[in-house]
Amino acid sequence: MNTDCLTIKNQDMKNQYKALKYRSLVLLVVFFGLLSVIVVIALCVGASSISVTDSILALIEDNGMARSIVWNLRLPRIIMALLIGIGLGTSGAVFQAVLRNPLASPFTLGIGSSAGFGAVIAIMFFNGLVNEYAVVTGAFIFTLLSSFIILGVSRYKGATAETMILTGIALMFLFSSLSSFLQYLGTKEEVHGIVFWFFGSLSKAGYREIVMSGIMILIPMPFMFRFAFDFNLMTAGDESARALGVNVPGVRMFSIALASLMTSGAICFTGVIGFIGLVAPHIARMIFGSDNLFLIPASALIGGVLVLSADTLGRTMWLPHVIPIGIVTSFIGVPFFLYLLIKKTKEYW
Amino acid sequence: MLQVENLSFNYGKTCVLKDIDLNVKKGEIISVLGPNGVGKTTLLNCLLGMIKPCFGFIKMDDMDILKMSPTHRARLIGYVPQAFPSKFPMTVFDAVLMGRKPYVRFVPSGKDLEVVSKVLMSMNLNHLGLKDFDRISGGQKQKVLIARAIAQEPGYLVLDEPSNNLDVRHQLEVMDMLKKLAQKKNIGIIMAMHSLNLASRFSDRIVMLKSGCMVCNGTPLEVMTPRIIETVYKIEVNINRINGYPYTIPLNPMPENRIHKELLN
Repeated sequence: MNTDCLTIKNQDMKNQYKALKYRSLVLLVVFFGLLSVIVVIALCVGASSISVTDSILALIEDNGMARSIVWNLRLPRIIMALLIGIGLGTSGAVFQAVLRNPLASPFTLGIGSSAGFGAVIAIMFFNGLVNEYAVVTGAFIFTLLSSFIILGVSRYKGATAETMILTGIALMFLFSSLSSFLQYLGTKEEVHGIVFWFFGSLSKAGYREIVMSGIMILIPMPFMFRFAFDFNLMTAGDESARALGVNVPGVRMFSIALASLMTSGAICFTGVIGFIGLVAPHIARMIFGSDNLFLIPASALIGGVLVLSADTLGRTMWLPHVIPIGIVTSFIGVPFFLYLLIKKTKEYW
Repeated sequence: MLQVENLSFNYGKTCVLKDIDLNVKKGEIISVLGPNGVGKTTLLNCLLGMIKPCFGFIKMDDMDILKMSPTHRARLIGYVPQAFPSKFPMTVFDAVLMGRKPYVRFVPSGKDLEVVSKVLMSMNLNHLGLKDFDRISGGQKQKVLIARAIAQEPGYLVLDEPSNNLDVRHQLEVMDMLKKLAQKKNIGIIMAMHSLNLASRFSDRIVMLKSGCMVCNGTPLEVMTPRIIETVYKIEVNINRINGYPYTIPLNPMPENRIHKELLN
């Protein structure tokens, strides 16, 4: 074979690989388009019957009632749903990548149940039924607490995936039993408030909450992209990633800390919206493969699609009731997920 | 040159390696032999800077490897692990691209893709490029991991039992590939080996370890003698020379009473 032929073949290989990645990029754009369509639909539907044109006009001009409903009720809810989907999707993808475990999610690591415990304490001892910020603060403090415990144990015992997952699962059981114990002691109203919080709800989403959640969810994002290639290397094993110059324990602890912060931002205002953190990355993996450079943004977009469609369905399906979002995400997410799981043709994990 | 001087390593109070002196020149293949648990992998881990020796130095081209940044080290020394990742759901191209990590700032550049496709081409792996790593055979996986290490453009290569779990044909193919890489790219190769015959056929020098100490260091003809193999592996052997290479035929495990007698001597 002469050298010209070699160069051509060489170019060919490179271009084929590039074509594969362009395909993923196009798919990302498609999902972004899909998400935008769902945003528009979510803006136009709701309990009050405003026409589609009025809903969209309300965004740019003052048309009375419609403007107030769109700007004060629907838009904040949509933005919050997007933030939660993005936060849970991204952090789930990061947890699964750095812990090299398909079952890892913010909830298997005990972050969900510790947030719940924080909310329970706030409701029972800090007047959380009246003062909603007490609940938020409680949930926030306890998510950070549980991730500090996981990171602390990892620092002491070595930041391996196994140490972190086992610590997380132990914490999950500890915090859920503590929550149950407190509920056992609580009054009827308190228990009702707790159950409602655990369902998850977007009804209290306002612009102030959006700003705070947005800070916690969006600021860690660039770091996650920064480490995406390192995450790829870590799926091949700690040892070879280290031999290639990756500071494995450092990257793992830093990204777990940031992903916990994202989770916290997603759930402390709205309650435990389970499942998205587990499912969005898996759906993304089935469609995009395991390259974290694409998997992370794809998980964010799919998380957004799932949460927003679940919430839109939840508030329109059974009028005048609003079905709590945590329940709807599982209702539509689980069958969809099982469908993909059965239909998938190749091993993606 | 990769120089190991006076290297000792202890796990707690157990001495694993003691006073190892060793040089690896570029273009040369060195096999480290010895029974299980003798410290071969520990020696390799020290060379990679993954663990810190208790005494002694490891220098690469006259620089102490422990004073280098991990990235700098990864540009000079490539590593092929013993076990394949159990699940690795990416393409072969992606797997080899990881070898570019020491040169990648955020995401791989066009040059990195270029290097990877050249490496795949030169190792005759281009037909696998877009296949999933999980779906290729064990022998192919081993070659892909070697390709990943070559994509690092290193001066030295460390391999942990590269012929492990491969069928006979793939063992020969992988060894032949390493021999060519050493010569063509002037890479110094050091590998832990279990197969005595592959080691004598393909190595320039063989190092024998016995309970953490270096028993001998020489050409295959110098090292592969019944006396040395019997003391290190505690087996009775027959050595035949075919095409100038010494081939070992293991006969029996040495009886316990003879082992004790040798220890007393």
